[in-house]
Amino acid sequence: MQNKIDKTSQSPACINIKNVNKSFGKKQVLFDINLIIPHFQILGLLGPSGSGKTTLVKMIAGVDSPTSGEIYLLNEKMPKLSMMNKIGYMAQSDALYGELTAKENLQFFASMYSLSKSKQKQRINEVMELVNLSEHLNKQVKQYSGGMKRRLSLAISLIHEPPVLLLDEPTVGIDPVLRKSIWAELYKLNSNGTTIVVTTHVMDEAEKCDNLGMIREGKLIAVGSPDELKHATSSSTIEGAFLHYGGA
Amino acid sequence: MRARSVMIRILLQLKHDKRTIGLMIFAPILVLTLMSFIFNGTTYHPKIGIINAPLSFVSSLESNDAMVTRYDESNAYEALSSNQIDAVINFESGVPKVKLEGSDPSKSKTVIMLVQSTASKSIQGSNIDITYLYGYEDMASFDNFGPILIGFFIFFFVFLIAGVSFLGERTSGTLERLLATPIHRWEIVVGYLLGFGVFTIIQSCIIAWFSINVLHIMMVGSFALVLLITILTAMAALSIGTFISAYADNELQMIQFIPIVVVPQVFFSGLFDLSTMSPWLQAIGRVTPLWYVADALRNIMIRGKGLSDIWFDILILTLTCIVFALANVLALKKHRKI
Repeated sequence: MQNKIDKTSQSPACINIKNVNKSFGKKQVLFDINLIIPHFQILGLLGPSGSGKTTLVKMIAGVDSPTSGEIYLLNEKMPKLSMMNKIGYMAQSDALYGELTAKENLQFFASMYSLSKSKQKQRINEVMELVNLSEHLNKQVKQYSGGMKRRLSLAISLIHEPPVLLLDEPTVGIDPVLRKSIWAELYKLNSNGTTIVVTTHVMDEAEKCDNLGMIREGKLIAVGSPDELKHATSSSTIEGAFLHYGGA
Repeated sequence: MRARSVMIRILLQLKHDKRTIGLMIFAPILVLTLMSFIFNGTTYHPKIGIINAPLSFVSSLESNDAMVTRYDESNAYEALSSNQIDAVINFESGVPKVKLEGSDPSKSKTVIMLVQSTASKSIQGSNIDITYLYGYEDMASFDNFGPILIGFFIFFFVFLIAGVSFLGERTSGTLERLLATPIHRWEIVVGYLLGFGVFTIIQSCIIAWFSINVLHIMMVGSFALVLLITILTAMAALSIGTFISAYADNELQMIQFIPIVVVPQVFFSGLFDLSTMSPWLQAIGRVTPLWYVADALRNIMIRGKGLSDIWFDILILTLTCIVFALANVLALKKHRKI
């Protein structure tokens, strides 16, 4: 906890997105995004599919880079290779090697972060316990169900204990019971000092975040806590707030 | 270190994928075996019908393994038109008149050569002394193009498997996921080269060993050099395949690249005799890696040449690997700029 306070005093922003524009060819998908994500927060990026959430997350992760503007993560300008160690990224599609077992997948990604053999073993047990897949550790991933794959993807993104977690639609296709347990896990990680950015298009899931960024057609239309946004638009639901800011 | 992890991962994937291993090893062996059956057949013995010919001429034909049958004028041509015999020979005032069935040029040629040599022998009665610089008298055509086929099959299968596998990495999203880790782009490319490299070394050994020791394809040079060339072939195919896969959106498109990337190389590799083609067209062969593979393997296996004669082929193949590996590192920039 001491560590947590120190970091906060150094810089209030964990992720700082400044005037970011992104175009693919002639098509502009993100327009002048400005967003500061403080340490130890769970920020939800809420928007329909195709609104540019994934593109934004990829740029924070350093896989993609902005056409103009800057993104700072822990005070370092992205994209930067050495910062990739600090990020746990869960892509929208389950990027897993189906022929390999869960354990082999985890070992492979752990070695990408240069974890020692003993550390790998320890972390593999921990993360698999966490996503409740321990008994399927030596099963080939292609035999996994969709929900199991999603949980394994989450486990992989946690393998190197990253201070920043970027999750792109983490609970798609997961049953409500498991969804709840995943959110419980995210809260636990968060209370241990992990900053989390999570994208979603499910409105009720947005309520679970500390702060929300609403994205529509490549523009950030509103930022605030779920309660603030509801109050400001005098609507009872997040959906109502989204509709209000979306100009409906 | 990360490159090593990529290598281990590829080998593990292959280990779990028995069908691919089987395909990469047994498919070339199967095709090579079939080819050896087809092209290793003994020389063709023409079937010749005789209507009227001197006895010495007929016995001379028979001593040259021709199958001679006697006919009278009418049923001779019947036999010819029903394809029971390849030619009818009739001596008219001391001159042999040959009527060929004619639908198969190679059979016709055999008959003509036989008749000509028999006719001239019966006049001069002398034998020509023939010696061989390379090869030997009973060398089958499979011995001649076998080395090219070994190179071609290794190139073809490695090209396809490596290309499809790298493409799969892209389409399944694992490439993007991988690029979200601190891995360098070159580490991915080197990892791929190492992973498939280890596997293709095994594959090359088995194919080369099988061709030489089981199919008895002509081999007078060093086995180690054959291995060196086949491994370089596999590495070149690997780097070209992964590079090409950047321009394919799915497996089918990867297969569509075969007629463009692989087939022309076969034409110019020396499988077909190109010496009558205009020189500038022949020169196209010099820009295809398979030409150097074929040149090196033929020099080693048929002519028994050593390193000093094939160093240029080795150099070109090594350069091909390096150039395409670098091109791969650059092509990955499309997916992550750093």
